[in-house]
Amino acid sequence: MDNAIFSELESESIEIIREVAATAAKPVMLYSIGKDSSVMLRLAQKAFYPGPIPFPLMHIDTGWKFREMISFRDRTAKQIGFQLVTYTNPRGAAEDIGPITHGSAYHTDVMKTEALKQALDLHGFDVAFGGARRDEEKSRAKERIFSFRAPGHRWEPKAQRPELWNLYNTRINAGETIRVFPLSNWTEADIWQYIRQENIPIVPLYFAAKRPVVKRFGQWILVDDNRLPLESGETPEIRMVRFRTLGCYPLTAAIESTAMTLDEIVAETLGATTSERQGRIIDHDGAGSMERKKQEGYF
Amino acid sequence: MDTLRFITCGSVDDGKSTLIGRLLYESKLIFEDQLEALKADSKKFGTQGEHLDFALLVDGLQAEREQGITIDVAYRFFATPRRRFIVADTPGHEQYTRNMATGASTAEAAVLLIDARKGVLTQTKRHSRIVSMLGICHVALAVNKMDLVGWSQLVFDEIELAYRRFAEDLSFDTITAMPLSALEGHNIVEPGHADMPWYQGPALIQWLETIPTVDRDRARPFTMPVQWVNRPNLDFRGFSGRIASGSTRPGDSVRISPSGVATRIKEIVVLSGPNTEASAGHSVTLVLEDEVDASRGDVIADATHPVESADQFEADLFWMSEHALLPGRRYAALIQTKSASVVITHIKHHIDINTGAHLAAKTLALNEIATVNVSFDRLVPFAPYLENKRLGAFIVIDKLTNETVGAGIIHFALRRSVNVHWQALEVTKAARAEMKHQRARCLWFTGFSGSGKSTIANLLEKRLHMEDKHTYILDGDNVRHGLNRDLGFTEADRVENIRRVAEVARLLVDAGLIVVVAFISPYRAERQFARNLFEPGEFIEVFVDTPLEECERRDVKGLYAKARRGELKNFTGIDSAYEPPESAEIHLRTTGLAPETCVDEIVQVLRFEESIRSRT
Repeated sequence: MDNAIFSELESESIEIIREVAATAAKPVMLYSIGKDSSVMLRLAQKAFYPGPIPFPLMHIDTGWKFREMISFRDRTAKQIGFQLVTYTNPRGAAEDIGPITHGSAYHTDVMKTEALKQALDLHGFDVAFGGARRDEEKSRAKERIFSFRAPGHRWEPKAQRPELWNLYNTRINAGETIRVFPLSNWTEADIWQYIRQENIPIVPLYFAAKRPVVKRFGQWILVDDNRLPLESGETPEIRMVRFRTLGCYPLTAAIESTAMTLDEIVAETLGATTSERQGRIIDHDGAGSMERKKQEGYF
Repeated sequence: MDTLRFITCGSVDDGKSTLIGRLLYESKLIFEDQLEALKADSKKFGTQGEHLDFALLVDGLQAEREQGITIDVAYRFFATPRRRFIVADTPGHEQYTRNMATGASTAEAAVLLIDARKGVLTQTKRHSRIVSMLGICHVALAVNKMDLVGWSQLVFDEIELAYRRFAEDLSFDTITAMPLSALEGHNIVEPGHADMPWYQGPALIQWLETIPTVDRDRARPFTMPVQWVNRPNLDFRGFSGRIASGSTRPGDSVRISPSGVATRIKEIVVLSGPNTEASAGHSVTLVLEDEVDASRGDVIADATHPVESADQFEADLFWMSEHALLPGRRYAALIQTKSASVVITHIKHHIDINTGAHLAAKTLALNEIATVNVSFDRLVPFAPYLENKRLGAFIVIDKLTNETVGAGIIHFALRRSVNVHWQALEVTKAARAEMKHQRARCLWFTGFSGSGKSTIANLLEKRLHMEDKHTYILDGDNVRHGLNRDLGFTEADRVENIRRVAEVARLLVDAGLIVVVAFISPYRAERQFARNLFEPGEFIEVFVDTPLEECERRDVKGLYAKARRGELKNFTGIDSAYEPPESAEIHLRTTGLAPETCVDEIVQVLRFEESIRSRT
């Protein structure tokens, strides 16, 4: 893959990011600490260089992120010097809602979707960047780059605004918000090759290492710490694993891999026979589940 | 390796989604878990019997899968060893044509599907006209479902001939007709098939791999619309944007439009260090030699080919709203990075989708195309769309709903800036209010002295101001310092006081403002008089209901004490009557309520009425 493609993808993303900065009243960039967020962060740096990123980054902390993700987040914020806002749903924290005790659907609903809506309302953010890509999932492939949310953050997939050329209509009425996806036209392979080309720091969990895991529903779940109660007869075994995608633990499964360098990860990605979201338990809740979650305000 | 963006289009059920599913499948881009899901979905929703229903790979919305149709454009990605592709699968239903235009606007080629059994349909023609209008040069006429017409060469030839005849007045460079079966996979990857020995042309993939993507933009003179002025500190001032055409290097002479100021490029700044050259498609930040003035919406261009500016154009317009285009009405517009207000001053002709005939028209309905004259409220740097897409395309936005309602391409400027004959436009109250993006209102606050009218009114105004509403407060005390300084507090003077204020409020509402009147206004008759000056729904009476005891307890200005001592005559509530409203639109029982909560209540009522109005 040559630089011309990156120049094209990169330039399109930078244009989108600048357009928001130029037109939004109070934008925010959602930062999930994953590989896509890391690329989006680099693009934001490029968009405004030599100035700083003119909006804060926000992390919705479900309380169930891998420990390495949180330390990576804080290190990155310090290094780059962006303004970091974090938010956890206070109700969820008070009731100790977790994926194991309450199930993945409820946990995601309260700690991600609900929390995101609360945080956007609390700070009055009118435009929020997300790192979603169209190649990830069928309903994402249908979404505009500038995706409008009715009051209450609802997505109405049947009533999306036309989006012609690079002319993004950013006008909204009171109570409406926009989700903006600068990485819409990137593929998983593009993301990895760009990380390699630009030498972008990413969470070490993406690289294969020997880690303690247990097998559940045919997938490898990392035993990150004692938040994961072991079932009777279950003993963690040590395997060479890595993550293709990082979400909430234990809702994201690891894959067996020996890819310890970016070159090896790129090679593995190009030869992959399953999609990256296979490791996301949330997508398997039923056909159309992502669309439903998005309608309710999930990113 | 370059990237080709293309669309699939055509009428309903011509097999667009199936074709894309087939392309993804054949280029080994369907992952195992996705194939498993497809098998399950094909059983549940499939329309192909025992076969895999490839359309389900692309129709990602629940409503689409249930109805077996495509509603919105889906973007998919695949690659062959020769090229990368971004394909937009667009819906065929006429109702969703605007979503098809969304996909087509960024495409360089179009695969136009035709059902071999049905031939060239109205929707085939509509899509062709839009594809042509948007400047797509290469079209593959994919005659699909050949399996259902017995692989007949005669059928194929007739369709090709009919289409070429129709497309004579369209502006395509090439039309390549090819027979195929997306369902069976014939002539998709491997050229030809034993069933069609008469066909010697390319397979679809070969066509996609080989059509030229001439980089016209790069060969043209340098232009870059300013998107963002980068000024992080006093020492740096850069102009950020995406280069629309040509290329530039440090030292190049440039001219800024519309100001016409000339300077040179000092530096091309990117994160990895200064660049020696940047060209069309690149997002860059330019530092200029001189301290010149340029802002978002201006265009920096090669000094020997400066970009023209004008405010009136002939353009083609594609209408995308259920509400018809109204000439003379003010819409918002976005052209490159410049926001403006526009009026379609004249519909020259509406274009008949079937025949291409030019028809007279007073308005433009959903999915119609017309050639129009459009007038911007400011000078706009531009280029004809066919020369420079980025400088010649604009969108039209409804100012009230903020919906994108039109897509336009500029043909040329109407050189009438010198000798301007403005269209005689009716400037009405509604037009003035619409320009302010609001509905003009009079919010009439009534209540005892000290009830909190001014406090709430001031908070309300701040809130509305933050929402970009244009407001004005008429406050009892302030008006008495000027306009009504000659009036006292007798009953007659109070009546005159209210009359004047009501008339002023009416003038301000006529100017399109949201006027907040905060007056004790104790008498029903005068409030009724004020109400009668306004149109139904315009006048909102707000009863600030604070009990007299509470007002007297607060006595912020010490007036109640004075009145009790007999130093103030005719004081409302003490020795002058207050007639509470019987049916105020908003009744604020303020006891125990924070002023902010009162404001919330008022704002809610305003929003509610707004939402009702936008639905009618």
